[in-house]
Amino acid sequence: MLAEIEKYKKAELSSDIFWFKAAATNAFPENGGACVKYKDLQIAVFNFTRRGEWYACQNLCPHKMQMILSRGMIGSCENEPKVACPFHKKTFSLKDGKNLNGDECTITTYPVKVEDGFVFVGFDSHY
Amino acid sequence: MQKVIVIGNGMVGYKFCEKLMAADPDRRFKVTVFGEEPWPAYDRVHLSAYFSGSKAADLLMAPLSWYTDNGIDLRTKELIVQIDRAKKCVHSHLGNIMEYDYLVLATGSSAFVPQIAGVEKKGVFVYRTLEDLDAMKSFGKQVRSAAVLGGGLLGLEAAKAVMDMGLQTHVVEFASRLMPRQLDESGAGILQAKLEELGITIHLNKQTSAIKGNGKLAGLEFVDGNSLDVDMLVISAGIRSRDELGAGAGLETAPRGGFVVNEFLQTCDPSIFAIGEAASCAGMVYGLVAPGYEMAAQVVNQLTQQKAKPFMGFDMSTKLKLIGVEVASFGDALGELEPSRSIVYENKDKGIYKRINISSDGKRLLGGVLVGDSSTYNMLLQMVQNDMPLPPEPEDLILGARGDKGGSNGMGVENLPATAQVCSCENVTKADLCGSIQAGATEIGALKTCTKAGTGCGGCLPLINDLLMVELKSMGKVVKNVICEHFDYSRQELLDLVKIKGIRSYDSLLDEFGHGDGCETCKPLVASILASTWNELITKQDTIQDTNDRFLANIQKGGTYSVVPRIPGGEITPEKLIVIGQVAQKYGLYTKITGGQRIDLFGARVDHLPDIWEELINAGFESGHAYGKSLRTVKSCVGSTWCRYGVQDSVSFAIQVEERYRGLRSPHKLKGGVSGCTRECAEAQSKDFGIIATEKGWNLYVCGNGGSKPQQTILLANDLDTDTCLSYIDRFLMFYIKTAEPLNRTATWLNKMEGGIDYLRDVIVNDCLGIGAELEREMAFMIDTYACEWKEVVNNPELRAKFKHFVNVEEPDPQVAFGPMRGQKIPVGWAG
Repeated sequence: MLAEIEKYKKAELSSDIFWFKAAATNAFPENGGACVKYKDLQIAVFNFTRRGEWYACQNLCPHKMQMILSRGMIGSCENEPKVACPFHKKTFSLKDGKNLNGDECTITTYPVKVEDGFVFVGFDSHY
Repeated sequence: MQKVIVIGNGMVGYKFCEKLMAADPDRRFKVTVFGEEPWPAYDRVHLSAYFSGSKAADLLMAPLSWYTDNGIDLRTKELIVQIDRAKKCVHSHLGNIMEYDYLVLATGSSAFVPQIAGVEKKGVFVYRTLEDLDAMKSFGKQVRSAAVLGGGLLGLEAAKAVMDMGLQTHVVEFASRLMPRQLDESGAGILQAKLEELGITIHLNKQTSAIKGNGKLAGLEFVDGNSLDVDMLVISAGIRSRDELGAGAGLETAPRGGFVVNEFLQTCDPSIFAIGEAASCAGMVYGLVAPGYEMAAQVVNQLTQQKAKPFMGFDMSTKLKLIGVEVASFGDALGELEPSRSIVYENKDKGIYKRINISSDGKRLLGGVLVGDSSTYNMLLQMVQNDMPLPPEPEDLILGARGDKGGSNGMGVENLPATAQVCSCENVTKADLCGSIQAGATEIGALKTCTKAGTGCGGCLPLINDLLMVELKSMGKVVKNVICEHFDYSRQELLDLVKIKGIRSYDSLLDEFGHGDGCETCKPLVASILASTWNELITKQDTIQDTNDRFLANIQKGGTYSVVPRIPGGEITPEKLIVIGQVAQKYGLYTKITGGQRIDLFGARVDHLPDIWEELINAGFESGHAYGKSLRTVKSCVGSTWCRYGVQDSVSFAIQVEERYRGLRSPHKLKGGVSGCTRECAEAQSKDFGIIATEKGWNLYVCGNGGSKPQQTILLANDLDTDTCLSYIDRFLMFYIKTAEPLNRTATWLNKMEGGIDYLRDVIVNDCLGIGAELEREMAFMIDTYACEWKEVVNNPELRAKFKHFVNVEEPDPQVAFGPMRGQKIPVGWAG
């Protein structure tokens, strides 16, 4: 029963990281997100044009276990980049996945890099 | 490093760990937790949510990773069988032996099972653990009816669970009323009537003598000779502390269960503590979460050498929602502890009962009972706990201030003393909250994070919000109605800026007048302002829209969307009805008639939305804007064309009005109605604008709404001809769009308006501000520039391409799943 949420484990920034070529940068709307499939994982990738930054996190909102975060609005809370779940507006830091509403649940974030017009998301290479 | 062993991983055991981790950042303690259940601690208070669809994972107090992240060795499925006090170690059933410096007994309780003949029969359950629930769930599938033994708090929770399983539900209570510990006869009577309305049968004054059946339960026999045939029995007749470890270890236990502890929660062995339902404190076992949390906090204080408060009993006041009925009981609820006088309000029609008990000198509030409406619970409890003076007319406390006396009845948060406990789950006082606000936590999220107030049951959140507002004001901060941290402007100011400066995009408004990167509050708000001002297609700036406006459909459980084509005035041809049916069939959609005389098609995959709309548009439909803060429907009755009473053609007028304002973006949704005569079958008087036919023309009513706080419209003008009626609505809607706060319906807007309906009538009808023509001009622009958003998307391949779940593979979301219901489909797997 815990299986779905326990799948989303952060890739530590170590030598053991596998960079998955997700999609071309123009597949992701400006200042918005889109969902990428990697094996059986769903990853929300955000093109934060305004800050010139890219972020990735689990697509699963842990509040009601919905695959939805990629459709959420992004923004900032005292300069912390964040995403708001469309269902009940739970907000999470895009940097460390912390829930910014003071609730317990957090999300897993993943490293992202852009090379040659493509977006790469970093996973634990053993996954 | 000192070794702490916690036996039991329930809510209180978990809270102990959480508080110890917070108080011990240097990790001077090594914590090992033993839990006999297979999963980590979960929220037992909300167990019945498990029956209404929550998954076990949603009930967890914290995920498994929390324990590892904090260096806690959590051993589930491992039962401690022996405590060796001489060697300071515990033995588990697996043969493991582990030493401790401090031992915390948080073993909780089990369900108390009375000695009734036949209690071992198949079909008899207790209501306590997730495993109990799983067993009930699978057995419940094969049967039709169930009885719950016990009409107390837990019993009614169990009844809710049984009812959610779809079983015929009976509650059997020994006493002469439900919740005998918390409610008096009249309060319990109101609760009973409400539960009976829901189909639950209540049996009072019933002592069960035997459980009938041959191996499998068939029914109950009562001492009075009566019997009840049921297929299943759930026992919820109280709790019994789990203190069986005491005997072998020489720890004293109370005659009615529980490890005996002193006011510092210590057993006779100073290195062994007991907390929660496992502890018997001055002869009392506390079966609620809040006192258990308080005990956990005090033990943590002692271990970490902080000042510990002696545990001298705990207020058992409680507020909860039982099967949809609000019930609260506080202080000396039944007026038994000292001489008192009661004030009672009982409304059997609305199912509300309120009682307060006042000291015999008439100066203090001692306690009371609330059923059906517990909105004043927090303030009343505060008055009891802080011995606050009663207002001159104490009945105002339950009836509200009436007549010309104005709003104040001594119940404002400003009257609370600093020591008032605002959040009982986390024991946070008014002083704590005010301190944090003064230290810079000036918004509700930050305040919750730093004080933890409101993070438990959440019942105190309205009070915290009020406190925040009052405190900010008293600090001299201008509590300006700014929309969020990114714009220091109100909605009306932003709208003026957009218009005067000719701003057409969110980014340029943020660059010029805001700061930071925006958020989920200001983005859709600015999107709405831009749409209300320039009426450009909202698809141009899709990522500042709420998900419904971004995908031009309404998101539903499971992440699929629902589709509502516009059916103006509720009039539709058979040909169009057939098309809707065919589209629903083709894409497997659940169909339902809406409250606004339209048809809603549910369960559409995001990648199917453009295809669905292509077919609808080809058949002559257009967007119904059910997803937007915009005009929804103009409901109509059939009117003078068919109806023998009708005096005007309400359908034609409703269609004309709906088509006039379709797509109009506004601070909140807009609904209208047109009735063909005074019988008012279109319910126009509950809409934002309602039109009722008269012999001479139309009466125009405004500012009503249904929803959680229904409000009736007020007559704006009467006997209008069609053109005047339309120009008044033009002015009214435009004035609302330009001046309302975000997400305020027209009723709320009017309620806040200085001068009220008289002023509004002055602006709209008498044109006292001289803006009537301008408002009409602005509305004419909106009407002229209307275009169907879906038509634009369907004909634009670039926009169409945005409607998919994954960007790197052509697959739908594999998590979307449906189950059957009455020949259609519904989403499965919504948590809570």
